[in-house]
Amino acid sequence: MSAPAVTRATQASRLAMLVAAVALAMLALAPWWAGRADMRLMGEIYLYLSLACLWNLMAGYAGLVSVGQQAYVGFGGYMLFALTVFGGLHPIAAIVAAGGLAAVVSVPVATLIFRLKGAYFAIGTWVVAEVFRLSFAQVSALGGGSGSSLPVGIVRSLSSSRSGREALSYWLALGAAIVVIGTIYLFLRSRRGLALTAIRDSEAAASGLGIDIWRTKLEVYVVTSALTAVIGGLIFLQKLRISPDAAFSVNDWTAFVIFIVVIGGIGTLEGPIIGTLVFFAIRETLADFGTSYLMILGAVAIVVMLKAPKGIWGLIRDRYDLELFPLGYRVHHDGGDRKES
Amino acid sequence: MIEWTNALVQGVLLGGLYALFAAGLSLIFGVMRLVNIAHGDLIVLAAYIGLSTTMILGVHPFVALLIVMPVMAGIGYALQRGLLNQALGDDILPPLLVTFGLSVIIQNALLEGYSADPQKLNGGVIETASISLGGLAVGILPLLTFAIAVAVIAVLQWVFYGTGLGRGFRAVSDNQEIAQLMGLNKAHVFGLAMALALGVTAIAGILLGVRTSFDPAIGGGRLIFGFEAVIIGGLGNLWGTLAGGVILGVAQTLGAKIDPGWQLLAGHVAFLVVLAVRPNGLFPRVEH
Repeated sequence: MSAPAVTRATQASRLAMLVAAVALAMLALAPWWAGRADMRLMGEIYLYLSLACLWNLMAGYAGLVSVGQQAYVGFGGYMLFALTVFGGLHPIAAIVAAGGLAAVVSVPVATLIFRLKGAYFAIGTWVVAEVFRLSFAQVSALGGGSGSSLPVGIVRSLSSSRSGREALSYWLALGAAIVVIGTIYLFLRSRRGLALTAIRDSEAAASGLGIDIWRTKLEVYVVTSALTAVIGGLIFLQKLRISPDAAFSVNDWTAFVIFIVVIGGIGTLEGPIIGTLVFFAIRETLADFGTSYLMILGAVAIVVMLKAPKGIWGLIRDRYDLELFPLGYRVHHDGGDRKES
Repeated sequence: MIEWTNALVQGVLLGGLYALFAAGLSLIFGVMRLVNIAHGDLIVLAAYIGLSTTMILGVHPFVALLIVMPVMAGIGYALQRGLLNQALGDDILPPLLVTFGLSVIIQNALLEGYSADPQKLNGGVIETASISLGGLAVGILPLLTFAIAVAVIAVLQWVFYGTGLGRGFRAVSDNQEIAQLMGLNKAHVFGLAMALALGVTAIAGILLGVRTSFDPAIGGGRLIFGFEAVIIGGLGNLWGTLAGGVILGVAQTLGAKIDPGWQLLAGHVAFLVVLAVRPNGLFPRVEH
């Protein structure tokens, strides 16, 4: 009997990376082959995908179930407006700065709401989002409760032509999605990611192995908040108009995102990607039904949570032992294949 | 000075309504460790059922309670046995996400059925009637709301500590497995707890509807008020929840006195301050 070999990558994961690379190259060239409406939709898909991956990192890996991520989406959006209009920054610089500011803000917020456990933490995050919404509604320079539009001069500073702006906005969304997924992938493969996976599987055991749980969760919260604010900035760079209700909408920025992750498969990297595709497929097919499409979405999420808690990707993975992002380790004995993730 | 005293009194009475929002939430958490994200939407649902009842039967909203309470209790029992019991377990994620999905479903069903237009329950003369207390004109409706809140909490306290049903609640709360061994049907006890909680929610919904106008989207806000009252008062303490509601109400009316835009913000800030200073709330339950 030969010594068992340990590998991370599999044939499937190598193939997936190859397919992903080709698909990405195709998507990057979209401004030359896709129509205006398609590009807009794809841009929206990338931004929702990013939000879903970030929420999944918090809820699926760190056990921080938040229903208040709209706090940072709105914060990022408002920082884009404030820093460009009053700070004179270029929009892209403003969006990056918004991420940094969100990281700074998220530390005191975390020290406060980390005192709440489990589901109470979830509602605590919602309170924080409400505080953000009400506070920004008080700032009359940003339009108060009714909101404001991004001045034409700032929009022009991105690119003088409309098609140029649309292409840039598309690439920014695509780039953001790649950065978010890449960051999470590298984070999860690192030593810290291992600690996080240990916490996901058992907090008590992880703590016994010397992992500082509070600190690890704080790091995840801060990184997630910063990147969520960047995505928020990009969302409102596409919309060009912001108001407190739109910026801090629990339905738009949290409910949909949670449904995406739950349906796709929580606690996996592949889940949010599949969930986003399913979500947009449902939305584009049922959009004519108005509010009932939201009811269907809610019902699907409930059924998935109760009947298949690991989501669509969980079903596929269990059935075919697939892993597209090589995060776990596989031990091979005499040609046999056992997976430890 | 009299204006500030007035704001203070209004805040205390408003706290009664918030305590009613919170009582159901607190009860359910106490019995089955479930945090119901759809709680606010269920309050709004009760208000809408009240609206339909008053319109169809032409009765006063308070009389409609005779129908709304059993209907909500029935919904609660069915919801618990049919859906929520399946979600309960060691993992906190399923109950959270299932009630979140439920919240979205209720909200959009109400939107479909009643449209987004604000509605109101017509309480008649009681809405504007007031009595004079030491130079202050105090509305009958807020006063009645507060009295009902005190009565509801007293009844819940009695049910919990003075009846066989309450013994069942406390038993499953302390240890589900042993309670099962002692012959209690956990699923049924949880169903009864949810029925009781939504019965209280019916009262809260009707009083909310008579006091202000409501629309399908306001559920989230009501959930947050109830939640803040629970945390300020201290988990698992019903009288503490009343105190938490009063503190929240007073913070809001005093905030509104300074600047109308600060009403809700002041309430949230009061909550965050309590969380920073006394993370277990002001009156946490003493462990026996």
